[in-house]
Amino acid sequence: MILYPFLIEILQVLILLAAAPVFVGWVRVLKCWTQGRSSAGIFQPYRDIRKLLSKDVVLAENASWVFRFTPYLVFGTAVIAGGIIPILSVDLPLAATADVIVLAALFAIARFFTALAGMDIGTAFGGMGSSREMTIASLAEPAMLMAIFTMSLASRSTSLSHMAEVILSGQPVLRPSIAFALFAFVLIALAETGRIPVDNPATHLELTMIHEAMILEYSGRHLALIEWASMMKLFLFVVLGIAAFAPWGIAPSGNLFALPAAFLFMSLKLGAAGVALVLIETGLAKMRLFRLTEFLGSAFLLATLGMLSYFILE
Amino acid sequence: MSLQVAAHINSFLAAFVLLTAFGMLVQRRMYGLIHLFAWQGLFLSISTAIVGFVAGKHHLYISSLLTLSLKVVLLPYILHVLILRLRIQKEVETVVNVPLTMLIGVALVIFSYHLTAPVRELSTLVTRSTLAVALATVMIGLLMMITRRHAVTQIIGFLAMENGLFFAATSATYGMPLVVELGVALDVLIAAFIFGIFFFHIHTTFDSLDVDQMARLKEGD
Repeated sequence: MILYPFLIEILQVLILLAAAPVFVGWVRVLKCWTQGRSSAGIFQPYRDIRKLLSKDVVLAENASWVFRFTPYLVFGTAVIAGGIIPILSVDLPLAATADVIVLAALFAIARFFTALAGMDIGTAFGGMGSSREMTIASLAEPAMLMAIFTMSLASRSTSLSHMAEVILSGQPVLRPSIAFALFAFVLIALAETGRIPVDNPATHLELTMIHEAMILEYSGRHLALIEWASMMKLFLFVVLGIAAFAPWGIAPSGNLFALPAAFLFMSLKLGAAGVALVLIETGLAKMRLFRLTEFLGSAFLLATLGMLSYFILE
Repeated sequence: MSLQVAAHINSFLAAFVLLTAFGMLVQRRMYGLIHLFAWQGLFLSISTAIVGFVAGKHHLYISSLLTLSLKVVLLPYILHVLILRLRIQKEVETVVNVPLTMLIGVALVIFSYHLTAPVRELSTLVTRSTLAVALATVMIGLLMMITRRHAVTQIIGFLAMENGLFFAATSATYGMPLVVELGVALDVLIAAFIFGIFFFHIHTTFDSLDVDQMARLKEGD
């Protein structure tokens, strides 16, 4: 039984690797439906990854080690993040050493290296994408930490699995601070994962792309890893939201038999989150880049108001 | 409905009042502003009714209805007509530095929390915790009057301030006497009419409702 938490850890990472492309496929299928197009099916991201993995890597002559190292690092941080967030069970040995601040730092490292790699080759698009990504990051990260801190006030802990455990054991209560934090988190998640209205994941239009601009020079297995990692990032943000705001269904500590139910709940919640995401993306237009400060500023404001209303109103 | 649940709902409504105050602070479009103002009035009116229920003060129901008719229906309607008549419905105001304004707003919330903390310790009312929000709403309304340049938005800021004062009265002492509230409501209504007349005059004289234009007194320079 000592090994049991480690098995959960491995299971979570495997689920992350396998389910992230399916989730992205689900979102794309829904999007096709809302726009009246026929879709390629929810397993299309797998085929894309397989195709990219079998292709050769084309490297620019002046690419340095940063450029070659970045895809592995981005992929690795996403995998580690899968071990920190309670996806199926709160029994995570890694969660004891790494809390939500570490999680934010992991995302920050991945982003830092992606931005460096964008500038490494020296093309105009890479530099432009990196500069935009950093602009967004500098505004989104404090807001994200603020939103998560508001949640951790209630459980007096920044460890994600402890936060989920406290919510699971207590009565479900409606609090203004949680409502604010949830709203802020949705805005930040849209920005961090590069969805509409901040960035369009499907675009290759030069003037508007942000994340795509940074990874424009990647090909072959490097591109496959980066694409896979960005799918995992979307998945991670959704499960992070679930763990922090609606963890009902996640298996409590030491309960092996709750795992199938936890898996079922996870799939249902992810399906619902996909629908919500597509509704948001279909209903909104992409925002001008200079309006993003206001978008993320209001996310920060909401998170701060959430924290303040915890002290003022509760 | 138990006391606990009522207090809970009331704090939620207080949070929404604060949120609409911030929304008004950064809203650029005229109609959006008026809608936010109407929403704030609605939250205020529900909150007043709940406080009236909890405290057993029945005159609060009347002031809740007064708020509903005046601040959710009548004043937004008057402003709406005004904007239509002045042909400024498409006008989009430039708001100076939205993130900075928001940060100042947050600082004001913290300040008013700090200011009302002693009252909160002493008071025994159910609504004592919403006093900080009420004070913050007043201050944010004031901030809106300072940062905006358009006469109509300044008036909406003024009305939002009045909302905050009303909320403060409800949360600090379970509302003012009914006579006072009726008087205030009438005052606000008259003020709205007078503002309307003033707007027309400003608009015909200066061809704009930007108050910066009024800084020049002489025609020559």
